[in-house]
Amino acid sequence: MPRPTKGARLGGSPAHEKLILANLATQLFQHGRIKTTETKAKRLRPLAEKLITKAKKGDMHNRRQVLTVVRDKSVVHHLFTEIAPTFAERPGGYTRITKIGQRKGDAAPMAVIELVTEALNQVSVSKAPASPKATVTEAPAEETTEAVTEAPAEETVEATEAPAEETAEAPAEETEAKKDNA
Amino acid sequence: MAVPKRKMSRSNTRSRRSQWKAAAVSLVSCPQCRSPKRPHMACPTCGTYNRRQVIEPSA
Repeated sequence: MPRPTKGARLGGSPAHEKLILANLATQLFQHGRIKTTETKAKRLRPLAEKLITKAKKGDMHNRRQVLTVVRDKSVVHHLFTEIAPTFAERPGGYTRITKIGQRKGDAAPMAVIELVTEALNQVSVSKAPASPKATVTEAPAEETTEAVTEAPAEETVEATEAPAEETAEAPAEETEAKKDNA
Repeated sequence: MAVPKRKMSRSNTRSRRSQWKAAAVSLVSCPQCRSPKRPHMACPTCGTYNRRQVIEPSA
């Protein structure tokens, strides 16, 4: 039995939804970061990451498959020649969604989705004893990617911050981990 | 079609409406600028999340 796509349905019809997601993906690769609603960002993330995975393979077959979604040839060229090489050693998790609060007109929760541009950093051990609860809930594979997305500066910060800060950080990481698993 | 037999008293109406309550928004202090912000969201004051600049600050 086919499993429905995760997340909310968008637009008025399946064709409209495909068009919305294709346009969002095109704009994301064109500009690097786009502001959209949280729901659309959550639907865009898996699509964009699959396209980047195809771009990393880089051959003609994959390029034609990407062209069925992103119709703009110049954007596809940019994706294959400039974006994909920057993700060469990154094992997934190419995009990042940050919630930025509600839109003024209709109070829709907005988010910024962006391509991760930070360099890939290896996980350091100093963080594990600092937040044992977060490490337990996170899968071992998750640990490496999670540390990657967070700046290394944060580790030194967390060590100096008050423990109240720590509790605020921990749930944030858990939700991040859940989203990444999804 | 089922219809109400009796007029609802003002007391009953008001008792029901006494349960219409707005929940307080949970807030945490921003690690960057210490101003209150919603958890798991970029700070609207300084525009950072996890000390990373996400949006341009409002102030």
